[in-house]
Amino acid sequence: MNLQFVADGLAMGAMIGLGAIGLTLTYSILRFANFVHGEFIAWGAYTGLVVANGLIVLSPKSGSFGPFSFGWALLIGLFAAMLCGVALALLVDKFAFKQLRMQSNTIVLVIASFGLSLALRSLLEFFVTSQPAYYSRDIQMAVPLGLGVRVTPDQLLVLALAAGLLVVVHVILTRTHAGRAMRAFSENPLLAEVAGIDGAAVVRMTWALGGALAAASGVMLGITVQIRPTMGFDMLLPLFAAAILGGIGSVPGAVMGGLIIGLAEAGGVQLFGGSYRAAVAFLILIAVLLVRPNGLFGRRP
Amino acid sequence: MTAPILEATRIVAGYEPGLPIVRGASIAAKAGEITAILGPNGAGKSTLIKAIAGLVLVSSGKITLADADITETPAHQHIRQGLAFVPQTENVFAGMSVEENLKIAVHILPKAARADRLEKTFALFPDLARQRQLLAGRLSGGQRQMLAAARALVVEPRVLMLDEPSAGLSPKFVASVFAKLVEIRQIGVAIVLVEQNVRAALAIADRAYVLVEGENRHEGTARDLANDPNVAALYFGAHTERAA
Ligand SMILES: Nc1ncnc2c1ncn2[C@@H]1O[C@H](COP(=O)(O)OP(=O)(O)OP(=O)(O)O)[C@@H](O)[C@H]1O
Ligand SMILES: [Mg+2]
Repeated sequence: MNLQFVADGLAMGAMIGLGAIGLTLTYSILRFANFVHGEFIAWGAYTGLVVANGLIVLSPKSGSFGPFSFGWALLIGLFAAMLCGVALALLVDKFAFKQLRMQSNTIVLVIASFGLSLALRSLLEFFVTSQPAYYSRDIQMAVPLGLGVRVTPDQLLVLALAAGLLVVVHVILTRTHAGRAMRAFSENPLLAEVAGIDGAAVVRMTWALGGALAAASGVMLGITVQIRPTMGFDMLLPLFAAAILGGIGSVPGAVMGGLIIGLAEAGGVQLFGGSYRAAVAFLILIAVLLVRPNGLFGRRP
Repeated sequence: MTAPILEATRIVAGYEPGLPIVRGASIAAKAGEITAILGPNGAGKSTLIKAIAGLVLVSSGKITLADADITETPAHQHIRQGLAFVPQTENVFAGMSVEENLKIAVHILPKAARADRLEKTFALFPDLARQRQLLAGRLSGGQRQMLAAARALVVEPRVLMLDEPSAGLSPKFVASVFAKLVEIRQIGVAIVLVEQNVRAALAIADRAYVLVEGENRHEGTARDLANDPNVAALYFGAHTERAA
């Protein structure tokens, strides 16, 4: 076994981690498993594609820079994708879950999110067909890093972008009032209200942050793998596994969980072949639920 | 006679429609006084102050704060109007530092006033000032109650309601929590104190209400109630026996 899986796993794990942050936050603040989260990933990836392709038509040079397969067109696309993630998340909250939250139990919310995710996925497929798409068809040369590990410049940039976003999220959660309010509300909603925090505003912020991060991870997945309407749905299992492994509500946990799932998947693929990729996340999920249901960083319920 | 700052009149409140827990109870609290709410287990004391705090649905009755009707005000607005509440349990954010617990609360004030209020509050609670970065979940029981009170006081509320701040504390801590309440009363805050610890509560309170089955059973000055044989017979005979 060579160390290649470490590079692939970290790149994949960073994207899983980004997506899992939103999932863990929505889970701990809204108190239900939100399947729509996967669609923010796919919609984000396609928004990035549409915006980047539009810009490339206007200015062909924006298509690539340096050793990368993409250029600033896609960086603007990434920004647009995150805005789309925010907008979509806020719409979903306003028109679907706001009402349901007040009058329904968790099962209704989960089923509703499942149905809505199906609807959003079909809508996307209607617009873009189910054929896979790519931001760029350039073949990238992988650079040897030593110890038999080779990475593409794209992978490195995605890793750096993900790390940058993680720092931003960390600063938001620990240094801003909005972030503290989200943490406070996820720990104890009644006490948060007593301390003057408007729960409805916190819920909106949570959707927005989760939507933006999911969309960003969608664009990164598009860069390093490919873009498909079902890409978000396919990510749900690793996302849930990462969020639960890290401990629901824990942002550092979601990131650690994402990296562990990413590494385990890549290791599994190297040992047993690509068809077992999904099984790895599933096995970890089951094992965590059996052995340590609160996850690595989770609070006792 | 000064007029009460907080008045809750004929409150009916509960957790499920048609199942009122508080059934017409009324209380009033004045600035610079400690108003105790006493009564046996399950009398509805906690439900009443949660209803005043906006956390339990009030189906009838009226709550006024300095003559403003706050019966329908959402819970998160109460603190902005000067009504602070310290719940009985889970009353600090355990996963956040002592300082973060206060920063969250002080945010409702204008930016220029926040740092000053934070430092004044730490001056009032020197034990907390020494442990600003400690996770609130690691504080001792007594210090937790202090932090919970500090969180409520950091915005200089006009009314401070506390639900059994002495519950689960050793006698030494009970004494220090109650001494702190007396200190806070001197600032001119109206304190509403729900307590099981009847003797200790009546010793520091100015007025008291005894609630039974969601209704006022007795009310009067703390001294009168402490000497009232009916009140003693009702329940604090039993309580002092248990404590002895
Ligand atoms: N969250 C809740 N949901 C439903 N019923 C509740 C809830 N909290 C309390 N009750 C019920 O309301 C009644 C009054 O409870 P409450 O907590 O107000 O009494 P209390 O006077 O504060 O008692 P204690 O001295 O034990 O704290 C009890 O019968 C209790 O079972
Ligand atoms: Mg109680």
